[in-house]
Amino acid sequence: MKKIYARPKGLYRNINGYCPGCLHSAAGKIIMSVLEEMDLLDRTAMVDGVGCCANNDNYMDLDAIGTPHGRACATASAIKRCSPETIVITYQGDGDLASIGLAETMLAANRGDNITVFFINNANYGMTGGQMAPTTLLDMKTTTTPFGRNPKEHGYPMDMCKILSALRGPSYIARVTCIDVPNVRKARQAVKDALQHQVDGKGFSMVEFVSNCPTNWGLTPLESLRFAKERMLAEYPLGVYRNL
Amino acid sequence: MPKIEIEPEFCKGCMYCAETCPKKVIGTTSAVNSKGYQYAVPLHPENCIGCTLCAVICPDAAIEVYKEE
Amino acid sequence: MERVFMKGCQAIAEAAIRAGCRFFAGYPITPQNEIPEYFSRRLPEVGGVFLQGESETASAAMLYGAGATGIRAMTSSSSCGISLMSEAIGWMAGACIPVVICNVSRGGPGIGSIQPSQQDYFQATKASGNGGFRMLVFAPSTVQEAVDMTYRAFDLAQKYKYPVYILTDGFTGEMMEPVVLPPMRSEEFLAAERKANEAWAVRGRGGAPKAHKIRCGTRFGVRCPLEQKNKEDWEMYERWKKDEIEYETDGTEDAELIITAYGISARIARSAVSILRKEGYKVGFIRPIKIHPFPEIAYEQLDYSRLRGILCAEMSIPPQFTYDVEAVVRKRAPIGTCLRSGGEIIERSAIIEAAKKLYGAK
Repeated sequence: MKKIYARPKGLYRNINGYCPGCLHSAAGKIIMSVLEEMDLLDRTAMVDGVGCCANNDNYMDLDAIGTPHGRACATASAIKRCSPETIVITYQGDGDLASIGLAETMLAANRGDNITVFFINNANYGMTGGQMAPTTLLDMKTTTTPFGRNPKEHGYPMDMCKILSALRGPSYIARVTCIDVPNVRKARQAVKDALQHQVDGKGFSMVEFVSNCPTNWGLTPLESLRFAKERMLAEYPLGVYRNL
Repeated sequence: MPKIEIEPEFCKGCMYCAETCPKKVIGTTSAVNSKGYQYAVPLHPENCIGCTLCAVICPDAAIEVYKEE
Repeated sequence: MERVFMKGCQAIAEAAIRAGCRFFAGYPITPQNEIPEYFSRRLPEVGGVFLQGESETASAAMLYGAGATGIRAMTSSSSCGISLMSEAIGWMAGACIPVVICNVSRGGPGIGSIQPSQQDYFQATKASGNGGFRMLVFAPSTVQEAVDMTYRAFDLAQKYKYPVYILTDGFTGEMMEPVVLPPMRSEEFLAAERKANEAWAVRGRGGAPKAHKIRCGTRFGVRCPLEQKNKEDWEMYERWKKDEIEYETDGTEDAELIITAYGISARIARSAVSILRKEGYKVGFIRPIKIHPFPEIAYEQLDYSRLRGILCAEMSIPPQFTYDVEAVVRKRAPIGTCLRSGGEIIERSAIIEAAKKLYGAK
């Protein structure tokens, strides 16, 4: 009997603390399996944001550094410039990347820093209990939009792929999801392409994962996949926004 | 005959695998792991065709798939 | 030993380069602009990295990243810019990242003014960020001292694996005077240090047995419970009180009045002391060189039976340095103050006048 599908070598064999069905784990699994395939595990340094995203490196056997909330892209830019042979990836949530860290994200992208940003968009601040994030959908209830998000008060959901596409610095921008098998395969390819951009020194690459948050969306894991499919993908179209 | 192995401690009972399996191999029993999750088990291993869809969709890499040469 | 006529900010930057600094991130803010400007020209010449951050907040996060790769790295800013860096400074202390931070302070609070002041004393010595961490804090009173202290700061940062802070001001930063520049650290020395730092740095495992994880509550890339890290830091702060105290005294044995000040105010106070002595006043002088750990011993060893009072001269209203002096003097002598603030510069005549008032009849 031959093993035809294995758990990525880079994942520690410890118990993963994410909520049942949370696709943070899926993103971590894909990143580690691609790093393993590209033989980059030994060269990679992961820069974590703050929030649920900060936990993933506890399950990933690679160098990692936690940074202040929102500053991952700045820290990553410095690490890459000081240690160019290191494959530098950031791993951030929507609050970290698009709210408190928007300037750092935009300016790292604008500088075309040769780093790869993995952005988990679950439309809320998960770790802190489900507050509104820049990516929260219209009419979506969160603990800080109890009557639903409305544009007059809370503005509109932010499409980071489009926003970064307005800059000339980025060389690769894609939005993927892990809510079903075909998309998991596409997500894996996007992660591989993004990392290849970095290996080839082409500059800033980002992969946005449209994700879920069963706990704070108040849904079962399976229901959260359906919600992501119907509502999240409607607001955040998948695809490759730039591939120079 | 292909087979899957689900690591009980890594599974959190999200049941994405059961939903995705084309042959309805996977289900749950009353057993729970150390975290209290009712983990998934191959209830009908004889139906498994080794397509690996369950392992691909599993967010926690709890499933490994085997097939004869 | 070269002797050159240089502006304070530029001299600090050149001293850093010679100390082996190979990374600088910073942001424009008066009165420290010449530091990033100088680094932007000089770092490429030595194969270093210069990054202008999009904010001081980002610049401090960049410094954190650079320091985490094990190379010598620095940032600088002024007062409110340093405030924006405070969270990341806390991270660098919390994660034991060796870096140098220079505050060329200006009037405060808030945007304050662009003229010099000493209104960041508490921020520098008591709370540069949340969590109660402390740092070694140098307080240069001349451009030469700023050069020497910057040069030494990099070695201390590596020795303790901790951020080291230089508190100077717009006066020292923006004036020019002749300085003797220290020698360049050899590339071999720096390469050996980088190699040693690979034991904990985050640059990709490169075959190391265990992955390095750096975040608050780690030391040398190894995680430990936060409380344990706090205790270990506390022990280090206590060791500093034995090994790192630095101060200057002059004529305190027979003094009937002490004038004490740090940084630029001490330079002005020193000349006030010599004038007073010529006029027959028995005046002693105490100057902390590092303002943290505070040199309590300098004040403990005074002969209080002879003292009419202690005059604190600082460019901060309300006073800050004065509180530390009061804390150690414990009412054993009257404390007088001579204060300017908000960017106004302390004048020697004011120090002399305040000293005479406190001294009383000769």
